[in-house]
Amino acid sequence: MTESGITTNVIDKGRGMADMLINMGPQHPATHGVFRMELALDSEMIVDVTPHIGYLHRGSEKLFENEIYSQIITLFDRLDYISNFNNELGLVMAVEKLMDLEVPDRAEYIRVILCELNRIASHLVFIGTFALDMGALTPSLYNFRDREKILALFEATSGARMMHNFFRVGGIKQDVIADFPARVTTLLGELEAGIDEADKMLSLGEVFVERTRGIGVIDGDVALDWGLSGATLRASGVPYDVRIEEPYSVYDRFDFGVPVGSAGDCWDRYYLRVLEARESIKIIRQALQQMEPGPVQAKVRAIARPPKGEVYVHAENPRGDFGVYLVSEGAESPYRLKVRPPSFCNLMALRDLLIGHYIADSVVILGSLDIVLGEVDR
Amino acid sequence: MNEFNWTYIAVVVVGIFGLFAFLSTVVISLTWYERKTLARIQMRAGPSRVGPHGLLQPMADVFKLITKEDIRPTNSSGMLFWSAPIIVFVSAFLVWLTVPFADGAVVAPQELGLLYIVAISTVGIVGLLIAGYTSSSKYSVLGGIRAAAQLVSYEIPIIVVVLAIAVLVQSLDLRDVVLGNEVTIGERVISFGGQGAIPFAFIMPLGLIVFILAGLAELGRTPFDIHHAESEVVGGPFLEYSGAHWAVFFLAEYINTFVIAALTILLFFGGWSWPSPPESIFGTALEEWQTDALGVGWFLFKTYMVVGLFFWFRGTYPRLRIDQLMAFGWKSLIPLSFVNFILMSIVIFYDWPLWTMTTFSVPILIGGLYFGARRTARKADPSTVQMYRRASRDDGGNKLVPDGTGD
Repeated sequence: MTESGITTNVIDKGRGMADMLINMGPQHPATHGVFRMELALDSEMIVDVTPHIGYLHRGSEKLFENEIYSQIITLFDRLDYISNFNNELGLVMAVEKLMDLEVPDRAEYIRVILCELNRIASHLVFIGTFALDMGALTPSLYNFRDREKILALFEATSGARMMHNFFRVGGIKQDVIADFPARVTTLLGELEAGIDEADKMLSLGEVFVERTRGIGVIDGDVALDWGLSGATLRASGVPYDVRIEEPYSVYDRFDFGVPVGSAGDCWDRYYLRVLEARESIKIIRQALQQMEPGPVQAKVRAIARPPKGEVYVHAENPRGDFGVYLVSEGAESPYRLKVRPPSFCNLMALRDLLIGHYIADSVVILGSLDIVLGEVDR
Repeated sequence: MNEFNWTYIAVVVVGIFGLFAFLSTVVISLTWYERKTLARIQMRAGPSRVGPHGLLQPMADVFKLITKEDIRPTNSSGMLFWSAPIIVFVSAFLVWLTVPFADGAVVAPQELGLLYIVAISTVGIVGLLIAGYTSSSKYSVLGGIRAAAQLVSYEIPIIVVVLAIAVLVQSLDLRDVVLGNEVTIGERVISFGGQGAIPFAFIMPLGLIVFILAGLAELGRTPFDIHHAESEVVGGPFLEYSGAHWAVFFLAEYINTFVIAALTILLFFGGWSWPSPPESIFGTALEEWQTDALGVGWFLFKTYMVVGLFFWFRGTYPRLRIDQLMAFGWKSLIPLSFVNFILMSIVIFYDWPLWTMTTFSVPILIGGLYFGARRTARKADPSTVQMYRRASRDDGGNKLVPDGTGD
């Protein structure tokens, strides 16, 4: 230990000579929450990194074991707190699979619409904060404005802007409001304009490209070895999307594209998300067309009791492959409920990505991984 | 030497106090101006609660800052830590002594005014370096070092552009730059009629662009706000300062912003000289003080426009990395500034008409922009990202294939 209380062992195992250890986070504006990195620097060059997580650990996975399933939904809302619907979907799908439940079509369509809207909201936040990491103030405000419109619709639908608690085992809590399709259609038009605006302002901008091209490059093989998923994996040229490979819900009924990068750098990781948001709009349009009136809840007991057994379900969250591993003893609470958080797995590649880059790039690379600490720490 | 010019001393002392009051007002107005400009760019209202249109918001901020506790980190070195903001502020303030607002409106006119400005404005970096070094914070050290490293890459272009102006005017006095000058060297008379007729922006557009870009780097404003980048070094040298001392840094920043804008106007846009004499516009003969007042007003108006341009940049661009700024400075700005200087010297040496300078500069400027844009276009190639789709059932169904081969 040095005087300031930072461990120095990182110098010994580093790849070069470090002349300064700097502690970035947990209170740092660019670490997206309470993430902490110990950077060993050779002047401005990063020689070694020791990431520290756990500042937001709430023991969620232990909590799951003492709650009934409808209560766990509220806890799932708080994992990845900017894509709440997607989290809820992961949980209810796992329970439904174990109970072998048939979910009404209308409920599935509403779930897909809400999840894809949430994906757009999440990507808008990503684009805004990513630009903010580079010192561009304006895109974040534009994107938060558009996200707010989505959240307003969520509030009208579920009663809450973020912690919705809306999906249920076997369906959804209640049918959507009467003018839901009309409101979504209007919203999609506004979102398209908003995404175009952000795209025009940033994507091909001179300084932005200069800061992101060729920064934090990761090869497809290495990305697979680290277990990366989502846009972070696809940017490295690995075409993998759970919605296509193992279609869940009603995703096999839509025609949509999945952008795949090849450079594997920060720019690709950014641009994939812009395109993905546009594809989500297409999915929602198709879902609105195919949606028909009907029940939104299958017949399930008020307190769900899945049979004894175990199941693994995964879904494509905005951040990547969100997995839920559920072991049930037939009780009203799970015996074990393990979450595979995409942010956590994507964060694993951080050390490889950072070494050899400048300290200014560290925030860009961390931003491009798009982590949410609520999910990393659970 | 026993005759001490007391009148001059009195004028300077009164001038300094007047200038201080004036600059404080300017800074207060600039903070409001910046917040409103940024708010408009970002589609929000900006300050609107304190006073009409939030005009009193800066006063509230100042009051808050002055009454805040002034904290010094335990490990910092006291005297140096406290002196850093003063060095930064004094250097920013001293520059203004020789900046003319109008023909007569200058505190201490100097024949070598341009050199004085260039020299004094650099001293502020010493303050930043001291602030970074004595704050006993690693982020501050990084910020201070960055400020010093940045210095060389923007200071040379600024000096060389200023020298080109001096070659054109044959004087280093800012009043000559605006009003024109006549020099006799041997048998040759070099005269220039003042910027009222043709602002230098039209004679050396290349110099103007280089000056504004290098000036932005000197100010540490977006896209060159590297030494106090919030998302990287969290405020850099200012990180550990609070209360009144931080306010002094803040004051110096804005005074510097204003001085670069004012120099842009003085050197390239004719300073206080109206496009045509005010008499011809108002139709009556004007007293001298009236002409001066009109000049000051016109000068301030133009300066605020340039400051607005800086704020616009801030609302638009991300920030460059330190090595990219230095590469930009050394590989683009310095060569361009020397090209500008040499062309200007040739034009003056052979006594060519001044429009030849424009005809030389414009193609170089367009060429530079073209090569810059082409370089970016090569990097900003969206074709690295391709659209994939679900494969058709014959191809195995649930897997991704490049667009066009799916169903």
